[in-house]
Amino acid sequence: MAKMNLLQAVNHALQTAMEADEKVLVFGEDVGHFGGVFRATSHLQEKFGKTRCFNTPLTEQGIVGFANGLASQGHKPVAEIQFADYIYPAFDQIVNETAKARYRSGGQFECGNLTIRAPYGGGIAGGHYHSQSPESFFTHVPGIRVVIPRGPYQAKGLLLSAINSPDPVIFFEPKRLYRAAVGEVPEESYQLPLGIAEVLREGTDISLVAWGAQVEVIVKAADMAAEKGISCEVIDLQSLLPWDLETVATSVTKTGRLLINHEAPVTSGFGAEIAASIQQECFLSLEAPISRVCGLDTPFPLAHEKLYMPDHLKTFDAIVACVNY
Amino acid sequence: MNSRWNYRDLYYQALRIRMVEEEIIKIYSSDKVQSPVHLSIGQEAVAVGLCAVLTEQDMLFSTYRSHAFYLAKGGDLKQMMAELFGRLDGCCSGKGGSMHLSFPQVGFMGTSAVVASGIPNAVGAAFAEKMLGRGNLTLAVFGDGATEEGVYHESLNFASLHRLPIIFICENNQFAVHSRQHERQSYSLRKHVEAYAIETHHISQGFDFCEVASAFSDICNDFKESPRPIFIEVDTCRYMEHVGTGEDFYGGYRSAAEQAEWKRQDPLIKDEALKAELAPQIAIEINESIAFAEASPLPSYADVLKHVL
Ligand SMILES: Cc1ncc(C[n+]2csc(CCOP(=O)(O)OP(=O)(O)O)c2C)c(N)n1
Ligand SMILES: [Mg+2]
Repeated sequence: MAKMNLLQAVNHALQTAMEADEKVLVFGEDVGHFGGVFRATSHLQEKFGKTRCFNTPLTEQGIVGFANGLASQGHKPVAEIQFADYIYPAFDQIVNETAKARYRSGGQFECGNLTIRAPYGGGIAGGHYHSQSPESFFTHVPGIRVVIPRGPYQAKGLLLSAINSPDPVIFFEPKRLYRAAVGEVPEESYQLPLGIAEVLREGTDISLVAWGAQVEVIVKAADMAAEKGISCEVIDLQSLLPWDLETVATSVTKTGRLLINHEAPVTSGFGAEIAASIQQECFLSLEAPISRVCGLDTPFPLAHEKLYMPDHLKTFDAIVACVNY
Repeated sequence: MNSRWNYRDLYYQALRIRMVEEEIIKIYSSDKVQSPVHLSIGQEAVAVGLCAVLTEQDMLFSTYRSHAFYLAKGGDLKQMMAELFGRLDGCCSGKGGSMHLSFPQVGFMGTSAVVASGIPNAVGAAFAEKMLGRGNLTLAVFGDGATEEGVYHESLNFASLHRLPIIFICENNQFAVHSRQHERQSYSLRKHVEAYAIETHHISQGFDFCEVASAFSDICNDFKESPRPIFIEVDTCRYMEHVGTGEDFYGGYRSAAEQAEWKRQDPLIKDEALKAELAPQIAIEINESIAFAEASPLPSYADVLKHVL
């Protein structure tokens, strides 16, 4: 075990994967010598050479397109999009090529070895284009996996699973935790299962679901609620596509209440999908309407991150309202 | 020389931009500035020289490295400061910040942090301009890195196909963040543009605002005779790090010596006498702009919800 922050855990996972399999390639804008704008790819070029870790031109559509081609020929590309906000120029490649290659060729071709990493979310006062949480766009695309870790241990284990997964994975990294989240991480290789949620804390009154950086927010809200005698079950979804309906449904059947928290705008956020599925599965167990505490329905604001963010206080208020419904 | 400008005036404007950004560096650690900043220090002469030739009706689209063009085009300094501070009296009501300044009253049509995304918008505006027959210029300003994005190529093609009245300005500072141009590009910028049947020009002395202005003035006179897409590459040098308020020699990807040649020729460094004469007046204006920004209220919750639909 070693103490690592989330960034070091990502770097460690990449290094581990590159050591284990020479088919693993890391590329993106400025990821080489410089190690990426957040330093997630530090020293990889030094260790593995310029053919395995290299800079690309500023060409997001190209980055994913080239990665698709490499993946279809048996390589394991780990493509970096510098910020999730810049994944949109690559949207066509992801939606129309990455996700559909296997299906449309009846399994003859695929981009399954592809992993796309992108830092997402607010909390760094980055303004409109360094703060977005675009995960729900991708959960609408059958044929890819969407995975988001909440801390260093999960980041390494899930990223290694993503790289080794036979399916293409979009791996969003919560950038505000890059240096803030520190924890024990095994130095050896390990994988955490994709598509599986984790129950962090058991409780009886309400189930709280979040992913990525918002997990620490619901944990904080659960602590506040505990002081008022409210027992929260806390779930980190970890994978959004496919997602672990069973774990959430089992929890809600027990608690009778559900609160979903995400940083992306509330409307058509992934919370909507969870709410729809849970009311279908758990209708007779529900004791209150499903609550969503999410980002505002605005572009990510500049000076008012605080107002925008679904923080622990808003979450706590919603827990109380839900329990007293 | 065109009577609309002289060395002293252009010097004043370039110095003003530099001093504004130097002030931003000074106050940045106070966290009053609400977003990352991409400074133009070293590149001011490009903006000043080009804008000296333009009128307020000419439309200019630029990038996140926007302070120099905003000011050179005539954007209000007080409103810029307030915008950087995220305040209600900012030019974008505090919603845009440093990377997204705009001031359409003087033809500063806005900027985006997304590399190359403003280029097709400029092309569309030029298309409108052509249909309206107003005879104004449209400028798309972008960096060398932006030319790697697909939409840049789409824009060149469309502009050429429709012979749109647009001037593409590539501010070539040789770098995209930390990557050098030759590591990223297999093409020569101008030859590549010529493949789209677009005429190209090169201004190599991007530190010299008078040189930029007179070269650009000649091109514009010709353009007015026969509006058409034109591409101009201006060589320049960014002194500070890509984003932020420090220098960036620590990364080992470029050296101070590399910049020394530019700095040696930089009038804002060379001409100390004129600087000493003009600086005090500019300093007063800058202080006033900061006081204005500080006195302006932050947007309210209701303001945050405004302008969505
Ligand atoms: C679509 C997109 N990809 C990546 C980025 C991150 N990024 C911001 S500026 C920049 C470099 C741009 O270089 P250049 O066009 O030469 O402009 P300069 O910064 O040198 O003025 C990059 C890669 C971005 N903002 N948008
Ligand atoms: Mg550049």
